[in-house]
Amino acid sequence: MTSLAKDIAPGTGGHPMVRAEAVHKSFGLAHILKGIDLEVNPREVFCLVGPSGSGKSTFLRCINHLEKISAGRLYVDGRLVGYRQQGDKLYELKEKEVSAQRRDIGMVFQRFNLFPHMTALENVMEAPVQVKRETKAVARERAQQLLDRVGLGDRKDHYPAQLSGGQQQRVAIARALAMQPKLMLFDEPTSALDPELVGEVLDVMRDLAADGMTMIVVTHEMGFAREVGDSLVFMDDGVVVESGHPREVLTNPQHERTKSFLSKVL
Amino acid sequence: MTEISDRVPPPAPSISPEQIKAIPVRHYGRWVAGVVVVGLLVLIGIAFSNAKINYSVIPDYLFDPGIVAGAWTTLYISVLAMLLGVVLGVILAVMRLSSNPVTSTVAWFYIWFFRGTPVLVQLLLWYNISLVFPVLNLGFYKDEMNQVMTPVLTALLGLGLNEAAYMSEIVRAGIQSVDEGQTEASHALGMTQGKTLRRVVLPQAMRVIIPPTGNEFINMLKTSSLAYAVQLPELIKKATDISSTSLAVVEMYFVACIWYLFLTTVFSIVQYYVERRYARGSSRSLPPTPLQRMRKYLRMFGSFRRPEVAR
Repeated sequence: MTSLAKDIAPGTGGHPMVRAEAVHKSFGLAHILKGIDLEVNPREVFCLVGPSGSGKSTFLRCINHLEKISAGRLYVDGRLVGYRQQGDKLYELKEKEVSAQRRDIGMVFQRFNLFPHMTALENVMEAPVQVKRETKAVARERAQQLLDRVGLGDRKDHYPAQLSGGQQQRVAIARALAMQPKLMLFDEPTSALDPELVGEVLDVMRDLAADGMTMIVVTHEMGFAREVGDSLVFMDDGVVVESGHPREVLTNPQHERTKSFLSKVL
Repeated sequence: MTEISDRVPPPAPSISPEQIKAIPVRHYGRWVAGVVVVGLLVLIGIAFSNAKINYSVIPDYLFDPGIVAGAWTTLYISVLAMLLGVVLGVILAVMRLSSNPVTSTVAWFYIWFFRGTPVLVQLLLWYNISLVFPVLNLGFYKDEMNQVMTPVLTALLGLGLNEAAYMSEIVRAGIQSVDEGQTEASHALGMTQGKTLRRVVLPQAMRVIIPPTGNEFINMLKTSSLAYAVQLPELIKKATDISSTSLAVVEMYFVACIWYLFLTTVFSIVQYYVERRYARGSSRSLPPTPLQRMRKYLRMFGSFRRPEVAR
């Protein structure tokens, strides 16, 4: 497979791709994130692991403003997510500005969320044509290339319902890449797949990492984290319990909670 | 369904077993029910043919120019009122679901009023709108309201605005039936609310919206007969006009009914194919066309043909 993301614009100016400062998130009375501090560097594969309900998916969704944070600061490529700061005042961004920020951040969902009324090719073409105003011909050619690269060039005219879960997820990755993002968010991309289909999706992600894409991956695939990840954060109950290089954290966890979690999943 | 193409097929058994040739279950109940139904139909037919109705005039008036013109009026007023209803209904549904409290409240009141009062009364209100606004003054255009409110416009407003209230609830149900993940995926790709609605949500909502909309349209074809009260020369008005001179009252209503049945049948067929169009991607294969289905029913009715072998 050739380069999946040869057009990646690397993070500019030496600042981290993602920076979270004391990020809090509450839904009503439920306090989901209780102060997350972390940094993700350009070209890094950053794995978020932890038990369900620990807030890792919520944190991921905050990064592209699908959820609004309640307190703290969250920066992507040096820019505040969802807000504009002038002096010491924060202004909410308009819908159009939020959409513009999201263009540079690709997201892959646990349940694929492909558009069922469009073919694989149309799914991949949709955002470049509608958002970037690319011509159909240009978008079609790029979409075809992306589908070829995820190994589904011959499935371009299939509707999502006619594809297996693994194939759907690969189309979803191609769809996110079509916007030429500088950051990719993966929200448990293999959790809804049959075990035998997990490998094909992880292969695509591995290639993407090798091409230097900055990736934040919420996952239960510890093997993938160990092999491909550059850093790993273990979250529990809305806080970062432990972080470090995946091999260190996974083989030699320091905290009790990390140890007990890993003993159950490894 | 092909899963992964490069999978090795399991080794085929060396001797393929003998095809099953079983005698299918006989459905005697179906034959009995069929005979009973046919018998009842014959009895009803005899009763109607002995009635004091002069059937021979029906063919004479079926293509009477007045009747044909009335059918045409019924058709176009229904189509126009439905178009108005659908467009306004979509707008109202979006307003109702909007986070803006002003628009959602306005939509709520609109639906409350137009669903809560009889269409006939609404038609008569538009008919008498000059009592409220004697003169229509749009700045660039000014005229007596009675000149503006022709029967066609009265019927269009009365039927269309009423329909919009019903359509908005249908559209709202359709929009809400679309999985939230679709909106999230669309937003994550950088699409705005409006684009998401137009490109992602509404096309999927159509599958839920179309069947009840077809129902509404067929209803509209018949409800448009109420426009008779505001002097619209539609089918029922034409039929009544003719019956007052020809004295063939019931016969003329039969003529009108034949036309209504013809129009609703044609639109049921159109609806079927529109539904098929929007079923794309929702299932792995499209549903059968009526012809295909009819063949299947014929086969089901017994065993005139050899039983279908599962493929």
